[in-house]
Order: sequence, then C-alpha cells, then structure tokens
Amino acid sequence: MFADYTSSELLSIFAMQGFAGLILFSVFVLMALGLAIIFGQMGVINMAHGEFMILGAYMTYLTSHVFENYLPASIYGMYFFIAMVIAFFAAGALGALVEWAMIRHLYKRPLDTLLATWGLSLILQQLYRTIFGTREVGVTLPDWLMGSYALSDSIEVPINGLFVMALTVVVTVGVWLMMQKSRLGKQTRAVVQNRPMAAAVGINTAKVDRLTFALGCGIAGIAGSAFTMIGSTGPTSGQLYIVDTFLVVVFGGASSLLGTVASAFTISQAQSTMEFFLSGSMAKVLTLLVVVGILMLRPQGLFSLKMRK
Amino acid sequence: MNSMISNLFSRYQLTHMLILALLLVVVLPLSMDIFRLNLVGKYLTYSFVAIGLVLCWGYGGILSLGQGVFFGLGGYCMAMFLKLEASTPEATAIQSTPGIPDFMDWNQLTELPWFWQPFHSFGFTLLAIIAVPAIFALIVAVAMFKRRVGGVYFAIITQAVAAILTILIIGQQGFTGGVNGITDLRTLHGWDIRTDSAKYVLYFVCVALLFGCLFAAKYVINSKLGRLLVAMREREDRVRFSGYDVSAFKIFIFCLAAVFSAIGGAMFTLQVGFMSPSFVGIVPSIEMVIFCAVGGRLSVLGAVYGALLVNFAKTTFSESFPELWLFAMGALFIGVVMAFPNGLAGVWSSQVEPRIKALFNKPGRTTPAATNSTSAPAATPAESFNPEEPSHARG
Repeated sequence: MFADYTSSELLSIFAMQGFAGLILFSVFVLMALGLAIIFGQMGVINMAHGEFMILGAYMTYLTSHVFENYLPASIYGMYFFIAMVIAFFAAGALGALVEWAMIRHLYKRPLDTLLATWGLSLILQQLYRTIFGTREVGVTLPDWLMGSYALSDSIEVPINGLFVMALTVVVTVGVWLMMQKSRLGKQTRAVVQNRPMAAAVGINTAKVDRLTFALGCGIAGIAGSAFTMIGSTGPTSGQLYIVDTFLVVVFGGASSLLGTVASAFTISQAQSTMEFFLSGSMAKVLTLLVVVGILMLRPQGLFSLKMRK
Repeated sequence: MNSMISNLFSRYQLTHMLILALLLVVVLPLSMDIFRLNLVGKYLTYSFVAIGLVLCWGYGGILSLGQGVFFGLGGYCMAMFLKLEASTPEATAIQSTPGIPDFMDWNQLTELPWFWQPFHSFGFTLLAIIAVPAIFALIVAVAMFKRRVGGVYFAIITQAVAAILTILIIGQQGFTGGVNGITDLRTLHGWDIRTDSAKYVLYFVCVALLFGCLFAAKYVINSKLGRLLVAMREREDRVRFSGYDVSAFKIFIFCLAAVFSAIGGAMFTLQVGFMSPSFVGIVPSIEMVIFCAVGGRLSVLGAVYGALLVNFAKTTFSESFPELWLFAMGALFIGVVMAFPNGLAGVWSSQVEPRIKALFNKPGRTTPAATNSTSAPAATPAESFNPEEPSHARG
C-alpha cells in the first residue's frame, strides 16, 4: 500500500494524518478525562457523558451567538474563554443535580447506573432536539483562530487544531495537579481507596462524590466547548464518541490519568493513520478490534495501579 | 414425562405458562388481523433475547450490551439463505452477473464470496444459525471470563463488539448489503413467506420455539446450575473457593443466551422479510436490555410480557407522538432501574398477587417473588435472601 507514494510524500502524509490524529486525540483526552474521573475514581458508568459534552458545545454556541449579535465586534475574539467557563459550570451543575437525584441511589449497583444514565442520555438528546432543532449548529470562529500555519510546502497545520491541543494540555495538567495536590483531589483519592476509613477521618464522602461527579461532567462541558472549534454540533453528536471514549478509559487502565492520555494517543493515531490507507470504517473496525483484543489479553488496561482488592 | 414436568415446575408456574400460551395461541390470533399479528410475532422475536438476558443478567449477573450481535448473526444467517434462494440466475437475469444477490452486483462483485457458498444448503443454514453465534459468544466469553473480567468491563466490551460488527456490516456493503441490510426475501424452499397464510404459520412456529426456549430457561433456572448462577452473582469468590469453576458456568450461560437471541433473530428475518444492521448495533442491543428490565430481570415470563408491552408502546407512541417517545423511553429506563428493579414481574408478585389471593382467600403460598421460586415447598438457600437488589457487578 506504500508503493504508490514517494518517500517525501509518505512523510507528509504521515505528518498530516498524525496531526489530524492529534486533534482527534485532543477530543478523546478531554472527553476521557471526565470519564476517567467518574468511572476510574468512582466506578460509575455515565452513558450520558456524551450529552454533557454536547451541553458544553451548545452553551458555547449560545455564547458565541450572544457575542455576535449583542456585543461589539471587537471583543468577539474573546467569546471562547467566557463560553468555556459557562460550559464548565453548566455541565457541572447538571452533573451535580443528576448525582443528587439519581446516581447516589445507585452506587451499589453499577450496572443499573449504566441503564439509568442511558435513559438520561435519551432524554437529554430529545431535549436538545426540541430546543435547538435537529440540524447541526456551528460557531463562527474568531479571526485569530482561522487559517493555517505552513510548516513546509506540503505540510500545513490549522490554527484551531493547535489551539484545541494547547487547551487539552492545559486542562490535562490542571486536572492532574488538582487530583494530586488539591484538597478535593486528595479527598477523592482517599474515598476511592478506602471509603469507610475516609469517612472515619472526617471526610464527607457524599459531598466528595457529588463534587467529583460534577467535576467530571464539567470537564466534559469543556470538551464540548473545544469540540465546537473543529466540528459542528447536533443532538446526537455525543453518542458517536461515547463507546470510543469508554474504550479509551478502559484501555488506559481505569484509574490512571496517565494511562488515559497514553491510550487516547495510541487509539487516535492508529485510527487516523489507517484512515488514509483504508476506508474510514475499516480503520475504525481494525482499531477497535485491536483494542478489544488487547483488552482480552490484558483486562486491567495499559497502566494499572497495583492495589490490593 | 408428566412427573418430570411436575418436578420441574410447580402447578403454579404451569398456570402462568398456560395463561401466556392461551394469550399467544388463542386470544391474539383470534382478535387481531394478520398485519397486527405479524407485528406481535416480530415483538416476540425480541423476547427470545430478553429470555436470554434474564438468564445471563438477572440470574448470572452478566450484563451484555451486545445481544443485538447474536440476534443479528442469527438473522443474517437466515437472510443469507433466503437471499440466495431469491437470487436464482433466472430471477436476476438483468444483472451483469446473474445468480448473485442484487447488492453484490451493484457493488461490482462478480462471484459469490466463499463464506456465502455454504448458505445454499438449508441444513447448513439451520446449523449456522445456532453455531455461528454460539462460537462467537464462546470466543468472547472464554477470553473475558477466564481472565475474571466481569461487571461493567464486560458490558463495555460487549458494547464495543456491537459497534464493531455494525461498522463492519455497513462498511462492507458488497458482502453484507450495507446499511440497507439484506432485503427482498421471498421464498423458503419455494414456499412464499410473504403470504398471509405463511405469516400465520411462521407466527405459530415462532410461538412454539418461544415456548421451547421458555422451558429450557426454566429448566436451567430450576436446576443446580440456576442456584450456582445466583450464588455467583451474589458472592463469586465464595463459589470459587467452594471448588466450582466459575468461568465455565458463566461461559455456558452467555452462550445459551446468545443461542436464544440467534433463534429470535432467525425468526425475525422470516417474519419481517429482511435483516439490517439497525438490529445489531448499540442502540437496539441496549433496548433489548430494557425489554428484559421492564418485564422483570428475574422472570422469564416477565421478559416475554416486557418485550411485548414496550414494543406495543413504542409502536403506538412513535406513530402518534414521535418526540414524546424518546422522553418516555428515557423515563422508562430511569424509572424501572430506580423504582422497580424487578420490573413488572416484581410488581405482580409483590403487589397484585397478594391482593388476588386475599380476594380468593386461599391459604398458604404467600412467598414474595413466587413467580421465580422453584416448586420446592421451602425456599432454597439461593432464594432465601431477598433478590430485590441483586448486587451483580464486582470488579
């Protein structure tokens, strides 16, 4: 399959596909980070995660709409940062509400959480459809995100992609620092490792659960915000990514953030590189098959904490 | 024979079976036209899957989100045979390559792929309907359960398998008919399956097979295997420490559920006249779980009613209020899980039945969850604890 291309052509193909893979990687990481926190730390399967992401995307769309129509054009370039904050808090607030109303009653029944959150995702999808219509919506990118940056004659990188990647790095580092250093992060890890003992030393475990869930959903909101930079948003966009994202989290080793990032990188690069040579669907089938195959051989994922059960 | 049945099922359970049989064999065929009855037959094919889920999810605690895969494999095997019969060289004379299915011709295939060849034989097809899903389930189950992967991980992997198969079927449209599936099926050994009389016959065949599966499922539940499954669901380690090979039981029950689904899929193809990837993927698979959950995850009869009711509701709702249907479906998921974990069967045995009994004032037989209990007069150890909240997943 390489015979038809010269070596420099191959190099630029790999570079361009690698870059496309990096954008996919960014979306995977942003979505998977929230899931890794919720699933890896709390053991809760949130099938509505994609819908939380789409909520962030719709919030970004609304914010850009407000900036475009009601505020001076000079500050339009700034809308994204405000939208991101709104998306984070909107998704986080909905997450806290869902945890309070639904999830906290089901902590002892993880498989049932899966079904209940699937129901939630159906309701949210239909809600989006009712409010925003079935057509996909997109935002107008501000000028400074338009265009691309030419590395060489045949290799160009789009600036919005670069921005999304930078955002991913910032969010990932932020989440990692928070889990390692902050009070909430330490409390979360304590609750995960030993719930009765954590409660015994005075941690309000119910509150930690709610905040952790809200945080995971909030990060999904940010993911949705970033998603608007590179694609348009429809009511069912979230569902397209949910299985992939779960595989990313499981493949990486559920409780390891580093593993999540590494597996997102592997999966997205493999997929986008193969996409060029095979059809899109076969690339996806092969990637998923390899991931499932590896998971069958190594069920604990790439990186796993050595912990006594 | 008679004594064997009475050993297996109490008179009480037989009454419930008889009521269902009366409903399906007498009441519905007499009260409905063939169009509606054909719809019921289609819904019943989903209840095959739901019965399988009762065994592997309700009793075994293994939630599979990929039962659509097995439904689809069974359905596709049947559809391949029917399609080959419909694509005789005479019937397809206008194609550039006569004698191959029309969608292959549209996709510039010039000969029948090797894996289609054996489906010329009806005997092989019947074997394949059972064997292909069973072997596939065996591979997945051995790989997962031998390594003690269970609970939510298993659910996610099966979901990924459903996604893979759907993408594969849609992507390889020259071999599989793509997103439209295998359509335009006409005859089975020269017998036109589209006529009304054929639809009646197929409906009754479907009901007969359904009862076969019901009896098989009841047999498993009331056997020692059924007890072990419940024990494994609750305390897998203790069963393992008692010297049982836990994974072998899990593998068996998962394969059995897959075979039930496949039979349902094959009957679906026969009654509906086509098979497409929209019955294979993630969404249909998870909907099949809700049929089972609504009916009651611990009751095989409940699963049949669950599949019928949810599908009736779906048809009625989505015809008149398509927007409301998704809200209702979502609420159904949440409501069943949060408020009625044992579904309709649970409501029946805890709410309705005591009242009926009070009405007739019959002494004795007041155990809750009686629909699921065996004929043994005293509750067996496996059932003596409350099955209200099965704590399936661990790990």
